[in-house]
Amino acid sequence: MKKKITFLLNSETRSIEVESGDILLDVLRDKLGIKTPKIGCDMGDCGSCTVMLDGKTVKSCLVLALEVEGQEVTTLEGLMKDGMTPLQQTFHDFNSFQCGFCTPGMVLSATELINKNPKPNRKEIQEALSGNLCRCTGYIPIIEAVEDLIGKGKGEGKEKG
Amino acid sequence: MTNYKYIGKSAARVDGIAKISGAARFVDDLDFGPNLLFAAIVESSVAHAIIEKIDASEAEKMVGVVKVVTGKDFPYRFGLYMHDRYILAQDRVRFVGEQVAAVIARDPKTAKKAAKLVDVKYKELSPILNIEEALKEKSVLIHPELKDYTHVPWFFPKANTNVAHLRKVRKGDTNKAFQEADFVFEDTYTVPRYAHCAIEVHGAIGLFDHSGRLTVWTASQSPHTQRHLFAEALAPLGLSHKDVRVITPYVGGGFGGKAGVSMEILGAALATAVKGNPVKILWSRAQEFYNTYQRQGLTAKIKLSCKKDGTITAIQNNLFWDAGAYVEYGANVVNAAGLSATGPYRIPNIEINSYCIYTNLPPGGPYRGFGYSEFLFGLESQINEAAKKIKMDPVEFRKKNAIRSGDKLSYGASMNQSGLAEAIEKAAEAIEWGKDEKSNDPQKAIGKGFSLFWKAPAMPPNASSTAFLKFNEDASLNILVSGMEIGQGYQTVMAQIAAEVLTVPPEKIRIENPDTDRNPYEWQTVASHVTWGCGNAVKRAAEDAREQIFDLIERALDKDRDSLFLKDEMVMSKKEPGFKLPLKNFVIAGIGKDDGTFRGGPIVGRGMFMPEFASALSDPETSQGGKPNVHYTVGASAIKIEIDKETGKIKIPKVVLAVDVGKALNPDLIKGQVTGGLLQGIATVLYEDMRFDEKGKLLNPNFADYKIPTAMDIPDEIVSILVEVPQPDGPFGARGVGEHTMIPAAPIIANAVEDALGIRIKSMPITAEKIVLELKKQGLFEQTKEEYIDNK
Repeated sequence: MKKKITFLLNSETRSIEVESGDILLDVLRDKLGIKTPKIGCDMGDCGSCTVMLDGKTVKSCLVLALEVEGQEVTTLEGLMKDGMTPLQQTFHDFNSFQCGFCTPGMVLSATELINKNPKPNRKEIQEALSGNLCRCTGYIPIIEAVEDLIGKGKGEGKEKG
Repeated sequence: MTNYKYIGKSAARVDGIAKISGAARFVDDLDFGPNLLFAAIVESSVAHAIIEKIDASEAEKMVGVVKVVTGKDFPYRFGLYMHDRYILAQDRVRFVGEQVAAVIARDPKTAKKAAKLVDVKYKELSPILNIEEALKEKSVLIHPELKDYTHVPWFFPKANTNVAHLRKVRKGDTNKAFQEADFVFEDTYTVPRYAHCAIEVHGAIGLFDHSGRLTVWTASQSPHTQRHLFAEALAPLGLSHKDVRVITPYVGGGFGGKAGVSMEILGAALATAVKGNPVKILWSRAQEFYNTYQRQGLTAKIKLSCKKDGTITAIQNNLFWDAGAYVEYGANVVNAAGLSATGPYRIPNIEINSYCIYTNLPPGGPYRGFGYSEFLFGLESQINEAAKKIKMDPVEFRKKNAIRSGDKLSYGASMNQSGLAEAIEKAAEAIEWGKDEKSNDPQKAIGKGFSLFWKAPAMPPNASSTAFLKFNEDASLNILVSGMEIGQGYQTVMAQIAAEVLTVPPEKIRIENPDTDRNPYEWQTVASHVTWGCGNAVKRAAEDAREQIFDLIERALDKDRDSLFLKDEMVMSKKEPGFKLPLKNFVIAGIGKDDGTFRGGPIVGRGMFMPEFASALSDPETSQGGKPNVHYTVGASAIKIEIDKETGKIKIPKVVLAVDVGKALNPDLIKGQVTGGLLQGIATVLYEDMRFDEKGKLLNPNFADYKIPTAMDIPDEIVSILVEVPQPDGPFGARGVGEHTMIPAAPIIANAVEDALGIRIKSMPITAEKIVLELKKQGLFEQTKEEYIDNK
């Protein structure tokens, strides 16, 4: 059964019709053309579909589209209204990515962490990122980028040409 | 030492902004409009059976179903090194999950629903689920037609058996050596199957248009090889290579799993069944586990002898590979491992048998390390045991026997120059080898482990790479490379190489992933060979462009050609200090003459590289003769672990990897390979493990039950040490390093566990549970428990 939902998507009010069983991830990708949340497992295990719902990260493969009625959905596109964020810039400087597939979700989880807890320790960073699987980097360059951003890093990775 | 401007620097990745901003597009991100069809697969529910009947009538009646196809529609065999695989199962199925039929529908939900309505009747055969069963005299044959299969000349299938290939290596006289040795050590080591677990699943979209052109968009490490295999398999439909186009956007992780052709053939074949409509097939995470390639399981029976002084005199290594239902790619893993199963050691007497064995488990195939991780677990465990028995320090023992430049390899060719000795020294120093460390907590035991490693690219002797390089009006460059960016930083390194030759900075160079219509030929992005092979091709393309530039300046401006050089994006002359001609003035426009005419025109460079010295031909009984491997990258790795004696849980305070990269073209990218590769390797040792039920069904095809590392599971410290003994035929002396960082993970941990607790675990993974069970078996567990209570 089709139903109309209205919600904020990256600061813009969107109103669309969805089926009651439609998954948020599929609606974002296939109906709205937002491609940064990726399909990695469709079971909530890998985190590559991470988006923010009212500022809190969720696995969009586990959320029904109907549930976002009246809420604000933020994807990576929504973070970049003024270009790349300082966190993204630091990810870039630290090579905190390789294939780039998990990167949008990883950036959103790290962003949420820093919004909530501006000075996390290493354990807190690890915990905050533990729902986002990355098979390439071994996580260390990601953790080090976050530490650098909050002023706890060793100052590496800034010398890039 | 040469002073380079871009080589050897940790240049920022040229694909960085695209990936960090989310602009990078992966195959599932591409849009194909409302006409796009979706395919779902009818999968075999049994491991081994004859297909008696397929009834698709119910599925065909569903609204939204466009077509149902079965093996009858595509009666073609295909494969990379051996044609033993089918697009859709023919008369029999050989593993649980094999593709039997495909339903093409207007939307994915309808396709999936309809696939469930297809009724397949099987006559079950007894499934062969392990190598012992497969090798029995009267075993059921999984491929009765094996003797008729087309294969590369370096494979030796055994007709009327389940042995698809046997690689034999013989050198010296092992029997005599074993008789004369002071010590002989014999043991068996086992390694289970593993999954690559790239976070992006496999996917393909095929479009066969009404002009007879087949375009396939895939997530692949091998666009050109895919084009070749699609064209070869579908040739009966009248397709030739020129008609087939493979386009590969960014790939979300490969690790070997997206090499060759697995499910992508369905995208190509199904497109021909619905001419004019694009059709998409995207694997689920579960299919990703059981129907792409898996790392093959291994049982290794090793016999090693040495003298009292620690000199290794002989090795016998029988490698039995559980290669799965189809081995078109996996058989070459078996082959490569067989040729190199001595490890990086100088051993005069060698007997290796590497058996590629069909089983009714999912197809085995390439996985980062290509068989070397698997055999190294047993070999380096055994090396440690030998050192311990003769009371020699394991690092000294390795130093004494480590292969040196110019030593003869198992198959008779010479070992390339390498910095193995330096790597051993540096790894030992970094882990503080020899320093006895005790935990303050009596419940914890500290152990250190050491291992050498090596690997050569495994590929056909004529595997080639190419590049086209195009200048633009502003002297920026677009390079049409042949290899794939799969996360390793390939595009960045190619840009650095061209930048060094042409003095154009990497940020003025753009590189896109291959489209087989536009980009020139590549074997595959595999074997850790692209830095070397494609690097040489790109360097030659840049040099070709540079020579064209010098030719033009000589011809148009009458300058002394031999005095010309490039600097800061300008042509200069050693003879005329005042001569400075910016590249942007002429690389497209040419050079204007006084009469208004022009000389030159757009500069387009071309480069190709094929290792013309390689040969896979050798004596099938001994492997002597030929030069199947272009060179080895070698190194040493060490680890410090802390084990909780009550729970068996392992913590890793420090792990070190020292590798001879020839020349570190971009040190930070190599460090990335070390960090990522080591963690991927460590996970295979500590917890990853594929489990099958008694009927051959994979029990854990998801990330909840097949755990891969999270950000919580990292070692406290990873030290990467880059040794640089140049590879003479590599670009700026470089050789490959992508796979090597994963290879030593198993033996360093196994050896550290032995060092900490005195127990030798001979089967992977080395789980906490296995450690505790072994401690119990040895009567060591109760003792520690009492100690624990006493201490309380």
